[in-house]
Amino acid sequence: MMSTHVNSRAVWLGAFTAALLILTGCASNTRVEPPAPLENRLAGAGTPATVVPSVNAGATAAQAPQSTVTPVDVTGNDLMANGSGRIVYFDFDSFVVKDEFRGVVEGHARRLSADRKRRVLIEGHTDERGGREYNLALGQRRAEAVLKSLTLLGVQDGQVEAVSFGKEKPAAAGSNEAAWAKNRRAELKDR
Amino acid sequence: MMDRRLFLARGMAAGGAMAGVLPAAAQFRVEISGIGTAQLPVAIARFRDEDKAGFPVSQIVRADLERSGLFKLVPTAPDNLDENARPVFTEWRSRNADALAAGTVTRLADGRFDLRYRLWDVVKGTELIAQSLAVPKEDLRLAAHRIADDIYQKLTGERGVFSTRIAYVSKGAGRYTLFVADADGEGSRSALSSAQPIISPTWSGQGNELAYVSFETGKPVVYVQDVLNGRRRTVAEFRGSNSAPAFSPDGTQLVVTLTKDGNSELYAMGRQGDNLRRLTTAPGIDTEAAWSPDGKSIYFVSDRGGGPQIYRMGASGGNAERVTFSGSYNISPALSPDGRYMAYINRNGGNQFRLQLMDLLSGTVTALTDTNDDESPSFAPNSRLIIYASRAGGRDLLMTTTLDGGIKARLSPPQADVREPVWGPFGR
Repeated sequence: MMSTHVNSRAVWLGAFTAALLILTGCASNTRVEPPAPLENRLAGAGTPATVVPSVNAGATAAQAPQSTVTPVDVTGNDLMANGSGRIVYFDFDSFVVKDEFRGVVEGHARRLSADRKRRVLIEGHTDERGGREYNLALGQRRAEAVLKSLTLLGVQDGQVEAVSFGKEKPAAAGSNEAAWAKNRRAELKDR
Repeated sequence: MMDRRLFLARGMAAGGAMAGVLPAAAQFRVEISGIGTAQLPVAIARFRDEDKAGFPVSQIVRADLERSGLFKLVPTAPDNLDENARPVFTEWRSRNADALAAGTVTRLADGRFDLRYRLWDVVKGTELIAQSLAVPKEDLRLAAHRIADDIYQKLTGERGVFSTRIAYVSKGAGRYTLFVADADGEGSRSALSSAQPIISPTWSGQGNELAYVSFETGKPVVYVQDVLNGRRRTVAEFRGSNSAPAFSPDGTQLVVTLTKDGNSELYAMGRQGDNLRRLTTAPGIDTEAAWSPDGKSIYFVSDRGGGPQIYRMGASGGNAERVTFSGSYNISPALSPDGRYMAYINRNGGNQFRLQLMDLLSGTVTALTDTNDDESPSFAPNSRLIIYASRAGGRDLLMTTTLDGGIKARLSPPQADVREPVWGPFGR
């Protein structure tokens, strides 16, 4: 649960704008790259852009020893494998996207900019305290905050939709701060 | 018609006594607690052959009357009374009963059941009601509620709400079910079942349709469903979240909360989802619309002033005036059908969410509970009771309270976790 205060909103807006300037810089570097090599750069393992997919392996087999294995790392594409890669957590009473989740937002912005056909649903969630409908509105605000940072990083409006589950789908059970902290979140889901 | 003043005068004298939990009520799984201020003492005898019929008619009538907070149930056992008896009124007066009812349940040749009963004014020694209802077995419960309604109306001069219906949502084993049940929480029937959450059910003014928010498609969408035939239509499925439906009293309009323009705002539409108009434009959240019973105003929750507070505006939008001023978190307004009261939920400094009642004429606010997790208040159609959700022992449960907070009853539907209650209109 959170409530918005005019003054706190001004504070986060300032911080957020500053963070966005940095994020936007990163994004413009990657967006000029052609799509295919970009995918490999996202892998982050320094794999050459000419990495050989397994289906083409036969073409190079004549030159290379039989035991050669060319590694392909798609960790960067598979955000699902890295649980935190799809979730942005929020402080109590807040819908500020914190600095520590800049990487999550940035990763999705690159992924979505690389493939304009890709679409993502952003689900906002709150902890269990407070009314169901008001929490739905607060969860929506969290989802909108993530959506706004994605579109400012170049993601097109039609690729993202912000919706809310309010307090209806907690990630963690329990009525304590540990559970509440896990439940104040926005989840990014491919659709 | 009976002399109500006589009843009320005697009721006052009996006031202040703990209603406690009557044995008959306990059998019927209705827990009632609190102190009534002006309770009419009535005796409802066990209907002859109700055991043979396998249906506790008199227990349902007693529990209904007791839950209303207006009656004190006088023990009747072990009298063998029915509608043809000639009660010894002096004896009933000595038991402090002001009214007495007795009857019979008879199985008819065609399989239906005939419920016959009489209600007497014990003080005057006169007959007030002599009635017979023939109903199929499935309607025995409804017939018992109708008897309670008739007795209530005869003795108070107001319409009873015992034969009206409620809707609520249960959550269990990863399933969400929207139920329609009798006003006492019994006889529940599933109207919608889903693996995804269902919230904010609300009745049309005619009681034939339910609007609600279902997450079945992976996001909140507003549907309207015909209760009788199960047909439903999507009325709001815009980009973003769609929620908080509220039927206008005449049933022609719906107000919903949409985020399609990037913020939770109120929109009005026709009952088919047509003719969409935006009602609010203030920055911040606007949600939880509730119509005034005359259809002229809309109450809603907004955080335009910082935290959530309840505001009121004309039904076509425009300037809004703030209605709640006490506390930093006031949500979930519900208006009494007589237009006199607003029930809502306040969060106090201790993070406790409690049901409040505001007298709209004077602005006086009364706390109705001392529980910590109250939600979703809704008025009975006679404006005499409020149903709300609360929590105890780690379970979601449904409660009713009188408007003075004096008599509370826990409804006991068979489902374990129940929430989002909403009281349907008169007229079944």
